[in-house]
Parts: sequence; C-alpha cells; structure tokens
Amino acid sequence: MEQAAIETEGLGKSFGSVRALDGIDLQVAPGTVFGLLGPNGAGKTTAIRVLATLIRPDEGRAMVGGFDVVTHPGEVRRLIGLTGQYAAVDELLSGRENLYMIGRLIGLPKGASRSRANELLESFDLADAATKNVKTYSGGMRRKLDLAASLVGRPQFLYLDEPTTGLDPRSRLQLWVLIRELVADGTTVLLTTQYLDEADRLADEIVVIDHGRVIAGGTSAELKSMVGGQVLQVRPAEPGDVGRVASILAEFAGEDAEVHRDSQLATVTISQRSALGQAVRRLDDADIPIDDLALRRPSLDEVFLGLTGHTAEAEADARSEDNSERSLA
Amino acid sequence: MSTTTSTRAEGRNRGSALSHTLTIARRNLLQIKSDPEQLIGMTLQPLMFLVLFVYVFGGAIAGSSREYLQFALPGILVQGIAFTGFQTALGLNIDFQRGLIDRFRSLPMARSAVVGGRILADAVRVVWGTLIVAGFGVLLGFRFHGGVAGAIGAFTMVVAFGVTVSWLMAFIGVNARSPEAVNTFGFLLILPLTFASSVFAPAESMPGWLQAFVKINPLTSVVDATRALMLGGPVTGAAVKAVVWMVVITAVFAPLTVARYRRRL
Repeated sequence: MEQAAIETEGLGKSFGSVRALDGIDLQVAPGTVFGLLGPNGAGKTTAIRVLATLIRPDEGRAMVGGFDVVTHPGEVRRLIGLTGQYAAVDELLSGRENLYMIGRLIGLPKGASRSRANELLESFDLADAATKNVKTYSGGMRRKLDLAASLVGRPQFLYLDEPTTGLDPRSRLQLWVLIRELVADGTTVLLTTQYLDEADRLADEIVVIDHGRVIAGGTSAELKSMVGGQVLQVRPAEPGDVGRVASILAEFAGEDAEVHRDSQLATVTISQRSALGQAVRRLDDADIPIDDLALRRPSLDEVFLGLTGHTAEAEADARSEDNSERSLA
Repeated sequence: MSTTTSTRAEGRNRGSALSHTLTIARRNLLQIKSDPEQLIGMTLQPLMFLVLFVYVFGGAIAGSSREYLQFALPGILVQGIAFTGFQTALGLNIDFQRGLIDRFRSLPMARSAVVGGRILADAVRVVWGTLIVAGFGVLLGFRFHGGVAGAIGAFTMVVAFGVTVSWLMAFIGVNARSPEAVNTFGFLLILPLTFASSVFAPAESMPGWLQAFVKINPLTSVVDATRALMLGGPVTGAAVKAVVWMVVITAVFAPLTVARYRRRL
C-alpha cells in the first residue's frame, strides 16, 4: 500500500474547556485532494493549524511527508504551503512585492524570487495588477494572490482553509481550476470547506468532522449512498398546491415531506424505484398541475444533515472556535 | 519521498536569520511608499512639537524662546523618538489580526525575524526623525556646543533609545487584542514617561513627589545624557544610567516579545 502523505493518529487539542479536536485519524494519499468537511467550529481549522505547525496538539501524532509536526516542524514547513481563511497578504505592498518577500523568506536568491513572483503573477492572471497596492485588489484577486503566495516554494502539500469563502461564483470556479491543475502536477491538497458542492467537485476523498470528531469518510459517492435512497422533488405550477403535493408524497414515502416555501418545493426521500411512477400517477389523479419533478441522489448537504442532525449553513453564523482561538490574546 | 524533497528544495538555501530580518525590515519600509501619511506623521509631528513648545511655552519657561530652544530640542528629539515605536506595535498587531503572522510562521524562516525586522525598520525611522528634528532645530537657531563627538554621541544615544522603546512597544503589539488596545496601552505608557521627565522642563521646577518619579524615569536619564552631549556638560552619570536602563529593558522585553510571538495563536 502506498504510504500516506499526511497521516494523523488520535489528534486531540483543547482550548480551555472546548475540545476542538477529539481524536482525529486521517490518511491522505499523495497527489490527491482531501476534503475536510464540517460546520464552523467543527475543528477543521484547528486540524489545519496543527498540520501547518502553528499549534501543537495535546495528544496524538501528525506526520507530513514523513516528518512529525511536533518534533520536526522546520522540515514540515519546507514542504507545505498554507492559504488560510483570510487573505494573508500585505495590503500595503504590491502583489509582486508580496510574492518577492515570500521568496526571500523561504531562502530563494533575489533573482529567483523575482522570476518566481512574475511567473505566479502571470499564471494567476494578476500580471496587470502586479505593481498595484494589494489594498486596491478585489476580494477574488486577493485570494488568488494569497494562493500564489502559498505556492512560491512549490510546496508538496498545500493546505487550503476555506479557500473560496466569500468569493463570487466566477472567482470560485477559477480557483477550482487552479487547484485541479496543481493536483495534476502532483501536489497533495488538504482542503477544508463548508461548501458541500466544493468538496463534491474537488475532493477525491472526504472526511466529515463535527465537534472535533470524524463522523464519516469516503468518496463523495460513498457518502451519498450512506444516507441511502433518492430524493424526489416536486414543484406544483400553482403555489397554493404545494401543501397538497406534500401530503400526497408523504402518503407513499412513509415520511413527512419537507416543504420549502420560497421555492415552492416539496421534497421526500424515497427508497423504491417504483415510487417515481406512483408519484406521477397520484399527482395526475389529484389533478395537480406540475412545473417540475425531479428524482436525484442526495446532495452532500442532505448527507451532512443526515450525519450531523444539522445543516452546514445553520451553524455558519455561530461564532466558532475556529475564529475565537485566533483572538485569544 | 526523500528524492522529491531534495529536488524541490533545490536552489533554496536556509537563509540566515539576518537575511530574513532584512527582508522583513525592507517590507516594513516599503509600506511607507503606499502609506504616505506615515511619513508625514513621522516627519511633521516632532517638528510641530518643537515649534509649538518652543514658541508657545519657551518664553514662559525659560525667559526666551531662543534659550528654550537650546534646552528643549534634545528633549523633544527623545520625546519624538519615543513615539516611533507605535509603528512597531500597531504593525505587529495588525499582522496578527490579518493572519499574516500565520503565513510567516508556516514558512521555514527564523522566528525572530518578524519582530526583529520591525524593529530594524523602526531604527531607520528613528534615524530619519532625528536628522529632521536636529536639522530643523539648527535652522531655528539651535547650536551644538558639545562638538562633533558630542553630536555623534547624542545621535547614538537617541537611536539606541529608539530601538529600546521599540522592544517595549513590540511587547504591547504582540499582547494587545486589537490596534485600538495598542493605542490605549501605548499612550498610557509613553505619555507619562515623556511628560513626567526632563523633556520639557527641569526636574527641579516640579513638586517633590513628581520629582521622585522624574528622577527614576529612564527617559530623564536619556534626555539628560543627550542634552549634555549636545550642549556640553557632565555626561557620564546620566549616560551610564541611560545605558543601564536600555540594556535592562531590552534584556527583559526582547525575549518576552519573541516568546509571546512564537506562542500566540
């Protein structure tokens, strides 16, 4: 079996009475994207910070590229690149100066630092803004520069902590493309996200964590099949009919249908394949005009809800340990 | 795995703590380019103090503003320098808030360089501020009576003092929760130190309880020594006290600051 590129065993970390990591075991294969999925405060950021040698775990062990993060932090730092939740770039410098500075700090000679900076600005579509102050950059440009900064040293391991939070959809797609390119070049990516579609599209393997514990793991398809069944969604043509639709669906699904008032959608989980035909017949019998009817596998959102008992977004507003640990002075 | 590692590390040397410190110092000085208010502040503020104090209070304190200029310039020089450290404190604090410190700490670079670079950049600012104030003072009529050696001595004293204050302020910068807190603590520290000293008036003119504080105030020793070096007069007593204070403050706060920087989350 191939040796894991990143490996943790029983990783534990507490902040006061908050148990941020409660025995996390991870195995990340080299050259893959590994998604760490969970709501705010689940411990994702803490896990990344341990693996980036920024904090020491209270218990357990973490190895990156064969080096222990506690006993050999210097070696680990040589192998990693980190892009955090906030664009950690110097606002008062230009994009080029930011990248040049990182080059110098990781020990590249002046000439090499300069050419590496230009190379990255070029490939991240920032060449036009190279000499402008980062202060004047848009959110998307900052994120790109931040990612570029973490790539100056051509890291073998790239940690992306919620890289697309707060980005517009277009910048988000651009970032996804960049991440795929890096992985194609052999980089191992550890990605945390609250966005299930992001994990769904990017990650080869996903681990769901909640309250500092791994609660599920596997490929996106495996996680979806874990919840089982398929999702049937119906939108009546007349908004007033959604209640009737819901009760018809509930009858043969054996569970209450979920009704989304804004989108006028009634949703149930069904287990038999015959259910679709049944649904169509019954709705037709009841003479309810239908706008949209779809049968699909559950999204990771629903998987998440099934696994944790709450949706990812529901907790997004809650102040998390991920944030408060940063401001503990 | 090990082959990959060595290929990737190719063309990279460890880089010394010194080169990391210089890189950070360069960064902090480059920031001035895009933040011209900083330059204006560090240039005009001491000049403003000099003009206001000399011409508003000079006559009342020393009989004439010309005479007061001789007395006040060395003090205002030191007082202005004491405020330079704010840049270190605020800058470090903001780096923490913005997550930039996380990036630095995840790099294979010397841990002391981020703080050290800040302080080195401050030293450059101090040199700038000193030359501006002294030059402007000369234009207003200030005259050195301590000779070239005295002037060089005073300059050295002031720059060393600037670096010392920067360590103190760096300590505040890495401990405070926000830039606002940096300002609060910074002013609480620097204002009494500068005013309750021999910067603006001789200690002898103050009430006894205040004199007691003024006499142990490190700033008084620095100002007295600087004044003696610039104007001529007995230097040794004040200079020795000043140097001892600076060594002690640096020896205490430099390691505390670097240790705090390492550990802060």
